[in-house]
Amino acid sequence: MHLLHPFTVPVINVLNLLAACLLLLSFAMLSRRRTQRLITLFAWQGGILCLSTSLVAYSSGLHELYYSAALTLLLKVIALPLILRRLIYRLGAEWDSETMVNIPVTMLAGLMLVIFAFGLAQPISMMATTITRNMLGIALAVILLSFLMMITRRKAVTQVIGFLAMENGLFFAATSATYGMPMVIELGIALDVLVGVFILGLFFFQIREQFESLDLRNMENLKEE
Amino acid sequence: MRGITFVRQFGEVILAIAIAPLFAGWIAQCRAWMQSRSAPPVTQPYRMLRKLFNKDAALAETASPLFRITPYVLFGTMVLAAAIIPSLATDLPFARAADAIALIGLFATARVFLSLAAMDIGTGFGSMGARREMMIGFLAEPALLMVLFNASLLYGSTALPSLVDGYRAHPTIIDPSVIFAAVAFVMVLLAENARIPIDNPATHLELTMIHEAMLLEYSARHLALVEWASYLKLFNYACIGFALFVPWGIAIHGADGGGALALSIVALLGKLVVAGSALALIETLSAKLRIFRAPEFLAMAFLLAVLGLLVHLLLGAR
Repeated sequence: MHLLHPFTVPVINVLNLLAACLLLLSFAMLSRRRTQRLITLFAWQGGILCLSTSLVAYSSGLHELYYSAALTLLLKVIALPLILRRLIYRLGAEWDSETMVNIPVTMLAGLMLVIFAFGLAQPISMMATTITRNMLGIALAVILLSFLMMITRRKAVTQVIGFLAMENGLFFAATSATYGMPMVIELGIALDVLVGVFILGLFFFQIREQFESLDLRNMENLKEE
Repeated sequence: MRGITFVRQFGEVILAIAIAPLFAGWIAQCRAWMQSRSAPPVTQPYRMLRKLFNKDAALAETASPLFRITPYVLFGTMVLAAAIIPSLATDLPFARAADAIALIGLFATARVFLSLAAMDIGTGFGSMGARREMMIGFLAEPALLMVLFNASLLYGSTALPSLVDGYRAHPTIIDPSVIFAAVAFVMVLLAENARIPIDNPATHLELTMIHEAMLLEYSARHLALVEWASYLKLFNYACIGFALFVPWGIAIHGADGGGALALSIVALLGKLVVAGSALALIETLSAKLRIFRAPEFLAMAFLLAVLGLLVHLLLGAR
């Protein structure tokens, strides 16, 4: 098997470490009830993503990846957490927490998902030629865990954070499996995410207007009489 | 050569017994600083022990011999554990005698004795504390075992000295699973030593007590021994953590003479200072959990340790 760029052993070690941190943060997000903590963890996830992307850029010599690392830093570490924080402040939902979630069961389900993701990624990563291919499993696990978070949570803001974390996982999959997507696509996705958050922010206000709460359980009662 | 290792072993145990209260005092001082209170002196635990040893012991009329011998059993098991854990050097007779799983058994023995003694008198708070302690214990043990299996996957042994030697043989490899194991270990340490997210060691409210509730009936020298044993337990857990995750400076197999040993003492003290302030920081930042949230906390520790195993299988170094 030929490698695109020979990574040195310490770089791979650090990349593996960062990937493990990403997975750890996903689990921490699953275990948190408070919305504010979730936003902080999301920002941390962005930070790890930025670090790992710039490390891949440094050791593979692909300068495009520096731009996407900078984009990650700007969007996911600074802009989105700021917007989300302002949103929950405006909504008066700073101290919202999900009380009805059974955390141990969710975590167990998460563990199963991780095993599934690792098993699924094993044959795929055999075909990849990049040295970072082992991380495909972690990226898949992060995506599935974010899915799980969106499924189990009831509050609207939390679901949006789950959605954003899923995008983080996809981004990580892209850098680890193929050294990143073309710049145009990446910019497009970044813009989509940003606009998506704005639109969902508007939805939050609408939902609250309608039901006087951000709990999405109320949506189930939405029927035409 | 045989004799000198026994002398060293003896020295290590004496050092552990001597500085364990100091470690507890240091944590209390850091906590006080971080919460902007005026701090008690670092030597406060020693003063308390001296005060307690000078008092006359009072025993409940219903106390059985078990209640009397428990403080000595606790202190004895903790001293033995301190001898097994390679806090200064790996080439010691006791360190090779038992592996980490036996060590967990030793801690379990101490827990069983303390719980039985707490139930012995028959007061409500004592048996409540004992039951809570057993609940925490049975949840924390599997998590700790998983952490140790994680380390043994890396270095192929469950004996702590071999782990330290194995680590020192390949110091450049950082395995990603270590992060998971370390986080899980810190969570277990907090739960097992009655630190803040699970139990508040400084509480005066009996209803929320776990560890303290079991000691309510003890007084004078018995209480002093139990307290000293719990300082030693915290010290032992810290040393297990050092041996598993940051074994720098521990005199390894084949290291000769006083130089390596002196270095290992300095390294141990330095690590204790850092670990103590880190523990105080964690305790300051977190609030005590409701008792029904404790299983959640420990289930998370267990899952993290299992995740560490999985991550090791997927992207293990080398």
